[in-house]
Amino acid sequence: MNQGKGILVHCEVSGGELSGIAKELLGIGSKLASDSGKELSAVMIGAGLNGAGQEAVAHGAQKVYVVDHPLLADYLTDHYLQAMERVVEAAGPEIVLLGQTTVGKDLTPQLAFKLNTGASMDCVGLEIDPDNGRLLMTKPVYGGNALAVQICRTDPQLATVRVKAMPPAERDDSRQGEIVHLDIEISEAAARQKKVGEERDSALGIRLEDAKAIVAGGRGIGGEEGFKLLGHLADELGGVVGGSRPACDNKWISDVVQIGLTGKIVGPELYVAVGISGSSQHMAGCAGSKVIVAINTDPEANIFKYAHYGIVEDWHSIVPALTSRLKQSKGG
Amino acid sequence: MKHIIVCMKQVIDPETPLSLFKIDSETKKALPPRGTPPVLSPFDENALEAALKIKDTEEVSITVLSMGKKLSKAVVRSSLAVGADQLVLLEDPAFEDLESTQSAAVLASAIRKIGDFDLILCGIQAADTNAGQVGHGIARILGIPSVNIVRNVKFIEGGGKIEVERVLPDGYDIITVDAPALVTVSYEVGILREPGVEGFLAATKKPLTTWKAEDLEIDPAQFQKIEILKLYCPERTSQCEMIEGADIDAKAEGLVKILEKEKLI
Ligand SMILES: Cc1cc2nc3c(=O)[nH]c(=O)nc-3n(C[C@H](O)[C@H](O)[C@H](O)COP(=O)(O)OP(=O)(O)OC[C@H]3O[C@@H](n4cnc5c(N)ncnc54)[C@H](O)[C@@H]3O)c2cc1C
Ligand SMILES: Nc1ncnc2c1ncn2[C@@H]1O[C@H](COP(=O)(O)O)[C@@H](O)[C@H]1O
Repeated sequence: MNQGKGILVHCEVSGGELSGIAKELLGIGSKLASDSGKELSAVMIGAGLNGAGQEAVAHGAQKVYVVDHPLLADYLTDHYLQAMERVVEAAGPEIVLLGQTTVGKDLTPQLAFKLNTGASMDCVGLEIDPDNGRLLMTKPVYGGNALAVQICRTDPQLATVRVKAMPPAERDDSRQGEIVHLDIEISEAAARQKKVGEERDSALGIRLEDAKAIVAGGRGIGGEEGFKLLGHLADELGGVVGGSRPACDNKWISDVVQIGLTGKIVGPELYVAVGISGSSQHMAGCAGSKVIVAINTDPEANIFKYAHYGIVEDWHSIVPALTSRLKQSKGG
Repeated sequence: MKHIIVCMKQVIDPETPLSLFKIDSETKKALPPRGTPPVLSPFDENALEAALKIKDTEEVSITVLSMGKKLSKAVVRSSLAVGADQLVLLEDPAFEDLESTQSAAVLASAIRKIGDFDLILCGIQAADTNAGQVGHGIARILGIPSVNIVRNVKFIEGGGKIEVERVLPDGYDIITVDAPALVTVSYEVGILREPGVEGFLAATKKPLTTWKAEDLEIDPAQFQKIEILKLYCPERTSQCEMIEGADIDAKAEGLVKILEKEKLI
């Protein structure tokens, strides 16, 4: 082993358990570690993390650095950066991986600039260059119309990984690992940022990211009324409704259900895209769905390049027809 | 008067149809499509809109800062037409295709040269790099706090602090931050307002300053951390099975059968 140097992955914890992206990071981290003969460690930052460290071990981390502090309950840049720097100092990694999440999108570039190194954001592919051991980072550019393979000239090499782009690590409770608790001193008084309130969208039922089926509507739906009909279809499919950017911009549906490059990344069993043209920015958020069905009046629409099944039809007629068919097939 | 600086990048129109989108794998960059003018990166337009919303409620001065090898004056001037007060352009061959660390260094040095400010606004990410890094870099170089992915921003306590709504997957947090600060703005702020005729007329009279690399005494090459080894377009071959049918009901039935077969219902 390379004097404790190796790969460090940031694991987000929610409700005391490893998040999905954390498992995906441990998956790719394990692969990179075994390809390069390096050690895999994990870092967890938060408040009341309890057993999550052991869960990271079960998912392949050989060492887990835990920074647990009441003031780390909410994400604030300065506090998290301080914690992350402390861990990087202790672990001395060559590669640091985070998720392309609310936290990762802020913490990663902050850390890169603080450590005077570089980062590649939103990677969909990571491998070690067999010739020189550097990390090859593949990320979408131009809204996903092209892919760039990048390297970082300095250490540590930082990258964020797109959600649902890589297979999660398998759990194996027989794995052994070391858990290291690190203390940091943070004071609320010195903080330049403060959380003073919050607002949560309670209308949200099942989280889009966890839904088995999603019916997504685009500009072609034309208004709020149409989304009600999509809702009925989603109900029959046991799923939820999402939208493209124009649908959210026009307030036909809540901003929190935007799917795409700058919205949610989803991977349901079934994705029904209705009145959506299939821009690369939208597809960045749903291309990983198992089965994609497209409903569009334009047979040339780009969405049919991604879809597994297509219907060229006006949604006004096919959506209600589908909904009642599904009702019948359930009833009988 | 409070001073807001908005960083706006000129990019190839991200809504260019895929059939017109071409790259040069040799030089590893996208080729501007013929006949499609560049645009201001969409989230940077949201950032400008956030600044204009503040200007709707109190007296502020807005400077738009844009950097590139060669900038279209018509495109950058559109920001003056909707209400920005002055334009600072950084134009130099040395400013072509910079990576985030380099862009942040150049923009931060220009901001230092501009002087006093209370708030810097950036987009959450540029439409070409899809990175979302430059804002963080500017904040770090200037030693000011920052808040990422924000849907609403205003001055409070007479301008000593800034209050923002930071977007989360299921809602938002309200965060206060000491001024001066940098904030990256998301689309939830709302689309950029349209200019009126008077706006265009007024724009021609507003100040425009252009600086080159030597004016900033900066050589971006020295800051490079990330290198692009390869640029390519992902291949996509359609495997779509079209569901045909004599009428709507036949098509609906066809799809239901498939969903049953795929065990999705
Ligand atoms: C930096 C950046 C980030 C972006 N991020 C996102 C993102 O996260 N998510 C996102 O969705 N977009 C995003 N976009 C916007 C994206 O580029 C597209 O503009 C957007 O996805 C188009 O949405 P749409 O398919 O709903 O609309 P359109 O492209 O206008 O397509 C509407 C479709 O509806 C069809 N239609 C019309 N009437 C009917 C009918 N009666 N029945 C059936 N079909 C009908 C039309 O044939 C057409 O194909 C981003 C853009 C940029 C530049
Ligand atoms: N060349 C540029 N000129 C002006 N602003 C820029 C430039 N490059 C980046 N920015 C700002 O930094 C933000 C993030 O860019 P990026 O890190 O490349 O995604 C953009 O939304 C702009 O606000």
